[in-house]
Amino acid sequence: MGAGHSHALYVHEHSVVHRMAPQAKLVAALGMVVSIAITPREAVWAFGFYAAVIAGLTGVSRIRPGFLAVRLLAVAPFVLFALFIPFIATGETTEVLGITVSVDGLWGTWNILAKALLGASVSILLTATTEIPDIIRGLSILRVPALFISITTFMIRYLELIADELGRMRVAMTARGYDPRWISQARPIASSAGALFVRSYERGERVHAAMLARGFTGEMPMPSTEAIDRSQCAGVLMLVVLFAGTAIVALVAT
Amino acid sequence: MSGVIDIRGVEYSYPDGRKVLNGVDLAIAAGERVAILGPNGGGKTTLALHLNGILQPHAGTITVSGVPVAEEHYREVRRMVGLVFQDTNDQLFMPTVREDVAFGPMNLGLTDEALDQRVDAALEVVSGAEFADRPPHHLSGGERRRAALATVLSMEPEVLVLDEPTSGLDLAARRELILTLADLPMTQLVITHDLPLALELCPRSVIMNGGRLVADVTTGDLLEDLDLLAENRLELPYGFDRSTDHPGL
Ligand SMILES: Nc1ncnc2c1ncn2[C@@H]1O[C@H](COP(=O)(O)OP(=O)(O)O)[C@@H](O)[C@H]1O
Ligand SMILES: [Mg+2]
Repeated sequence: MGAGHSHALYVHEHSVVHRMAPQAKLVAALGMVVSIAITPREAVWAFGFYAAVIAGLTGVSRIRPGFLAVRLLAVAPFVLFALFIPFIATGETTEVLGITVSVDGLWGTWNILAKALLGASVSILLTATTEIPDIIRGLSILRVPALFISITTFMIRYLELIADELGRMRVAMTARGYDPRWISQARPIASSAGALFVRSYERGERVHAAMLARGFTGEMPMPSTEAIDRSQCAGVLMLVVLFAGTAIVALVAT
Repeated sequence: MSGVIDIRGVEYSYPDGRKVLNGVDLAIAAGERVAILGPNGGGKTTLALHLNGILQPHAGTITVSGVPVAEEHYREVRRMVGLVFQDTNDQLFMPTVREDVAFGPMNLGLTDEALDQRVDAALEVVSGAEFADRPPHHLSGGERRRAALATVLSMEPEVLVLDEPTSGLDLAARRELILTLADLPMTQLVITHDLPLALELCPRSVIMNGGRLVADVTTGDLLEDLDLLAENRLELPYGFDRSTDHPGL
């Protein structure tokens, strides 16, 4: 974590995409993800088109393809499950490499793979080009309820701290000979989860005290909003229309 | 009378029944800087939390600038008393330092330019412009402490209460903080284990032990009184020499 980077997913660059207003990027990302999600799985061409546009955006954002690939591994656990579908699904079957699999199941795998990877790519692009404070500001400009934003803000601020605390507790346990390889040793993990909860709870109490000390009355004060310029609106509109249009054509055509 | 603190007969027990303050009396004049010393668990932090109504005494009264610290005056009292918590991670809860510094003034109803001016002025005092837009968890200990100070300075308090402000700082960061605090005109209560800091900043020291004040002396005298120091688990750093380390005093 270098100086100035606000979070692990952010890539410090100076591209057009980095400079775009956060609320514009949020709208674009949401539009793209929804379009991808509603596209019927048989419209393979549509997914190809999405992938091409996302690849283009990655280039424009000066994000290295390797960075994107590594971050995409985060969806691996979900995708792994998809690989089993052809073996467990029923109905019409076909042969792949001499193994009998369900045709419907294969489509199921493709559906999950394509949508998960494309959807995750969009999210990765968003977070790689937008600092977290800006994402939060974007949410508030888009009139997302203040309570939801406060919760998100705190989650992001303290997630790293809690992970840190967990790390320290693990080190403390390991330093005293704890080696969590056997199921019989699961107890310390469970009780440390309890300790972590108590620590987080006490932290919450102290943070609340610190907020009260500065005049907090229960409502998060929000900064006044700024307008965004027209060329950005146009860019966002174009992206959303492109994706939504493709999804609609795909829906009608299949 | 701005910045005057008057604490009379304050008692407090935590919900688990443990009595932590056993009748504390303390009067502090406007603009005075007082060190609160004493062993861990002596009740220093608990007393600090009373000064702007985070905890309410079970007996006794507290007034700040003549205003009683009571529910109907919390708003005013919390503007007047700036509390800098020991753990900066408790104090800094917003995504960036600037937003955190703005949090207090926004609660006071400031917006737009008035708000920006407050924030910039507070950041300026702690030389914090260069880390204003960074997230708190990526700052060094010294920067984080300065940021925490700025979050209360932006309220323009009359009283500053600092809970162990030098804990976890390296020597250079400690020095910077001392210089910053020495320049601030308001009344200051500095809770600390750092005796050289007390000597440098605060002409007067009080010692808290077992929930009461056991000494109220000039800091100079305190450092000569080795018995009093030992009774309260206080110790000067090895090799510390008043005459050479603080020639000005
Ligand atoms: N939230 C709490 N609940 C119960 N007991 C507490 C709590 N906070 C502090 N105490 C107890 O109160 C006593 C005084 O604590 P504190 O005011 O933090 O002392 P100091 O700051 O002088 O080290 C200690 O014995 C401590 O264990
Ligand atoms: Mg304490």
